Amino acid sequence: MPECLTVTIYVNGNAAVVPVGSVVSVAMLAAGVPCRLSVSGESRTALCGMGICFECRAIVDGVAHQRTCQLLCREGMRVETQA
Amino acid sequence: MTRRVEVLVVGAGPAGIAAATAAARHGRDTIVIDDNAAAGGQIWRDGVRRDHGNYDAVKLKVLAALQSSGARILSNRRVVDAPAQGVLQAVVESPEGIKAESFAWDRLILATGARERFLPFPGWTLPGVFGAGGLQALVKGGYDVAGKRVVVAGTGPLLLAAAAHLREYGAKIVTIAEQAPLRKLLPFAASLWSSPAKMLQGARYRASLGSASYRTGCWPLAADGEAWVRAVRLTDGRRTWSEPCDLLACGFHLVPNTELAALLGCSFRDDFIVVDSEQKTTVANVFCVGEPTGIAGLDAALVQGKIAGLIAAGESHKASELYKRRDKELAFAHRLESAFRLREELRSLAAPDTIVCRCEDVRLSQLQGRASWTEAKLATRCGMGPCQGRICGPAVQTLFNWRPTSVRPPIFPIPIGVFSNEDSSNSYESEIHQEIS
Repeated sequence: MPECLTVTIYVNGNAAVVPVGSVVSVAMLAAGVPCRLSVSGESRTALCGMGICFECRAIVDGVAHQRTCQLLCREGMRVETQA
Repeated sequence: MTRRVEVLVVGAGPAGIAAATAAARHGRDTIVIDDNAAAGGQIWRDGVRRDHGNYDAVKLKVLAALQSSGARILSNRRVVDAPAQGVLQAVVESPEGIKAESFAWDRLILATGARERFLPFPGWTLPGVFGAGGLQALVKGGYDVAGKRVVVAGTGPLLLAAAAHLREYGAKIVTIAEQAPLRKLLPFAASLWSSPAKMLQGARYRASLGSASYRTGCWPLAADGEAWVRAVRLTDGRRTWSEPCDLLACGFHLVPNTELAALLGCSFRDDFIVVDSEQKTTVANVFCVGEPTGIAGLDAALVQGKIAGLIAAGESHKASELYKRRDKELAFAHRLESAFRLREELRSLAAPDTIVCRCEDVRLSQLQGRASWTEAKLATRCGMGPCQGRICGPAVQTLFNWRPTSVRPPIFPIPIGVFSNEDSSNSYESEIHQEIS
């Protein structure tokens, strides 16, 4: 059976409920927000999914440049699109 | 803090696990450091949903052997430097913050794996466009693709594996566009008769794909959409059509992760690390196993890892019994290479305004006419962002035949202050200190 345990995190201020074990970049995809804006202002989301490309970096609990595809969601975590 | 260890393994994918298990079983104090949250590498990455794909028999057996071997696994570690002979420096990230660790080793086994090769084409930076393995990893990380129309494109066996996996999670695979022509794939498929396990795996993937079309000699020209991909333009060289989709999973086979080996001074042959029959590199007491020595897949990684672990533990006789099997697996690398060789047309997909370096948003037109990657870096910052050229490097090599320049530490960006115990700032040391070589 699929996992039913969930955690709640805050994506750009809005609550998002995701299954336990979800990575942060996935919560951002589900919320429809980019992980970061590129130097010319394009919206970017995860590309490689394995911590190599740095496209998924975002601000997590106030700390910038976090690779959100390698980071599991924790209860109450606050993540923001990195401009 | 410096930890002393007899055998240090970098990377907990199949090759690293096999190496660590063999070394630890033969009495060597062994540590494996890995960048991911759990051992298994990309191929055995755990999924959120326990009902899908986590019961791979080989995976469970290999992980159980690692657990009982006595080797210690330290996850969430990124190796950033080799500050002295026999010492690696890593950073570990946790909810409490980021801190530095050093490891002093007697034998070092590099099992750093591979990443996908990405090639720029118009729209490849659009949200909704992922790597093929990339989308697979995100689905394991909880991304819900049920009911989504997915085009899988690029090249390599990973396309089939990724498509089968996505379909298992409820995605509708619209089409799989494999750039390699059928005339190159047929001999490859025929050669698999000598590897029944690989043959069976391929057949399983194909069977699980149901009615999805697997088009050979077909490649992406552009991804279209405004805020999110809506369609992919595909071509078979004669006609071009638009395939509506919700997601594009696109990767062009694999390239090895060789940054650490380069930093240590290991010799290369083309893009790969040179090793001898004992998996030794040209640097004393440094071994290399798995994809950095040639893209040969799981079975090669497991046997190479075991050989290196045995040699590191002084068990050369036991290791030599595995050479024949290893050499047979390595032949698979050559077959893969020739079957999935990139077609010439892929070098001209990017338009002048297509971004090539995603970190610094450097466009193709800014790179054209440069003499080398060093000149391009100086003029445009191509390859100088946080990924340090891991994505655009293989792309510019394909587009312009530019070879990578030498590697400098830190080989992953780290916040300033990590090594001085100061409060970490958000600036990137590599962005400031990375020099042109």
